[in-house]
Amino acid sequence: MKNLTTGALIAGSTMLSPLAAYAETEVQFWHAFTGRLGELVAAQVEDFNASQDDFTVVASHKGNYSETLNAGIAAFRAGEQPQILMVFEVGTATMMSAEGAVRSVTEVMEASGADFDPDAYIGAVNGYYTNTEGEMLSLPFNASTPVLWVNRDAFEAAGVDPETDLSTWQNVAETLTALQDGGSTCPLTTAWQSWIHLENFSAYHDVPFATQDNGFAGLDTELVFNGPAQVAHITAMGEWARDGKFFYAGRRNEGGANFRAGECALFTESSAGYAGISSEAQFAFDVRPLPYWEGVGNSPQNTIIGGASLWVMEGHEDAEYEGAAQFLAYLSSTDVQSKWHQDTGYLPITNAASDATRAAGFYDANPGTDVSVLQMTANDPTANSKGLRLGSFDQIRGIIDEELEAVWAGDKDAQTALDSAVQRGDALLRRFEAAN
Amino acid sequence: MEKRVTFKGWILPLCLIAPQVLVSAIFFFYPAGQAIWQSLFIPDPFGLSMQYVGTGNFEYLLSDPYYRTSFLTTAIFSTLVTLCSMIPALFLAVVADRLIKGAGVYRTMLIWPYAVAPAIAGVLWLFMFNTRVGVVSWYLGQLGYDWNHVLNGGEAMGLVVVASAWGRISYNFLFFFAALQAIPKSVIEAAAIDGARFWKRFWTIVLPLLSPTTFFLLVVNIVYAFFETFGVIHTITSGGPQQSTTILVYKVFSDGFVGQDLGSSAAQSVILLFVVGALTIFQFKFIERRVHY
Repeated sequence: MKNLTTGALIAGSTMLSPLAAYAETEVQFWHAFTGRLGELVAAQVEDFNASQDDFTVVASHKGNYSETLNAGIAAFRAGEQPQILMVFEVGTATMMSAEGAVRSVTEVMEASGADFDPDAYIGAVNGYYTNTEGEMLSLPFNASTPVLWVNRDAFEAAGVDPETDLSTWQNVAETLTALQDGGSTCPLTTAWQSWIHLENFSAYHDVPFATQDNGFAGLDTELVFNGPAQVAHITAMGEWARDGKFFYAGRRNEGGANFRAGECALFTESSAGYAGISSEAQFAFDVRPLPYWEGVGNSPQNTIIGGASLWVMEGHEDAEYEGAAQFLAYLSSTDVQSKWHQDTGYLPITNAASDATRAAGFYDANPGTDVSVLQMTANDPTANSKGLRLGSFDQIRGIIDEELEAVWAGDKDAQTALDSAVQRGDALLRRFEAAN
Repeated sequence: MEKRVTFKGWILPLCLIAPQVLVSAIFFFYPAGQAIWQSLFIPDPFGLSMQYVGTGNFEYLLSDPYYRTSFLTTAIFSTLVTLCSMIPALFLAVVADRLIKGAGVYRTMLIWPYAVAPAIAGVLWLFMFNTRVGVVSWYLGQLGYDWNHVLNGGEAMGLVVVASAWGRISYNFLFFFAALQAIPKSVIEAAAIDGARFWKRFWTIVLPLLSPTTFFLLVVNIVYAFFETFGVIHTITSGGPQQSTTILVYKVFSDGFVGQDLGSSAAQSVILLFVVGALTIFQFKFIERRVHY
């Protein structure tokens, strides 16, 4: 009985809080952030709510990226979807194909009175979430790109000059040998192998990952990441793995623990690894651009992003879309963006935010934090480097992980493994095509 | 001579079985029917459209060599988990049964791991066996063994089996221990007076008298290994390296909840339903014959 009363009280109090603000239009915002990022999002929402009286944004944490997407999908099926849903980049094709479930950001912004200039956004970031007609489908929220992290102390310990030029994989290959000869047990490790060493690799060398402009031009796309450039890279990585120069720690960012502990000299990981590395690393570190193979493809083109974007879902009142538009405009404003970029290491989404950060002297005070921005904006994106738009992509990444593990373990050569990944991935793409 | 007790009329018996039928219908037949229905379609995740494919999902699955391999993986995994959780449990129960002092303390300690959720157990074992920083892998390294379950499929399988079986030993221990206590002391004493030593008594008296419990645990543990272990696999290996720890139920989970491929996931559930059904029938038909109640 006591439990019942307490339960009733809790239920009553949670019902009261929205009542108090009933005059304002509520906008639900579901996200996947916890910890420091969760606090920063909460601060943004609070600031927005305080800045005006018409709308109240209610932010809710719904688990990790996959769980948040699932929560959004389940809610849509039950007719309870939020106005704004955070979806990671891998879920982009799923959301795009859900015609009738999502409303494009361009449409929402234009229908509202909010400030909106599509050209203000950084093309390389924005392009991932823009369709071929130039319509912005979702608002990039947290975007990062892979870079090369260098443990300078590990270089010194192995007697290798930390200033060595690491811009190409040719140079890295020689450096790995030198590091190993100097006693390093973990010259190189990586996080997110498919994202960095196949997806970004392809964009960076301007070679296709999939047909139909990497899926941007249609659902009848086929994987082509078993081309000579990718095979050569995976072959080299496989040899490094066999020789003990490349240490494979796991499919996600497990390698981060090894790098932060000071074991590994080089680490390919997202630029958003900055927060963790800068707070934990007990050694001097550098951020360098991701290496490329000199003479392969059209390298260095630009790298592509990872992270999440905000989608506006269908089925709500006009006033709620107005509120969603105001909130998205607030997030894109220069002050909010530059603070977010500096706090998190995620890329700024507008040119103005990037300029403001530079003008404030942040890049000079924190060397290396602009590497990711420069790397992404160095060249105008091509059809191969705009991004990826593939259905069932989470599962395809899983397949790629499995096949790459076969290469690192020495069970398969790179060509066989990538051919197999392409064949298995294509089967999933055909299923996705049938479903949509 | 068999004595049959029968009801007069239909109303009372129907009322008596109604609650059970209702529960089964709502929580088993309805979802199972939904799964069978969904397995005939490729739906989009948002439920906006459904593409009827008939047996297409099943053909797609069964023509996939990786899916077929996953049956073998599941068989190996389930067998190992069942053996690794029952044999140590029986051993511990027999030993604990002979304790005179402090039996309560030992029993409590042995039951403890059962309170740990599978996913958390997975993380605990993962830390101990972490390739670089794990305690156990460090000691193994000192002995000259290079532990790397991230790339070595056999080691990964060993690790998920141990992590899955560990908490289960407690559960099995509880049942074996209770069953041992229920064996009349007089039977064992009589055998002892006749000169039967411990092992002789164990094989000829204790084990046969434990057979109903053993059979029950066999069925329950196989069901556990099939359905409840995906938390452990998710936290330790995510089905890898390659596909060496991808058991059937983990694939249902990852295709459905991570990959949003609900048609394939539903078809896999249906296949799993039949596999476990067949297995249970097999157990009751052939193994139960050897059970003495």
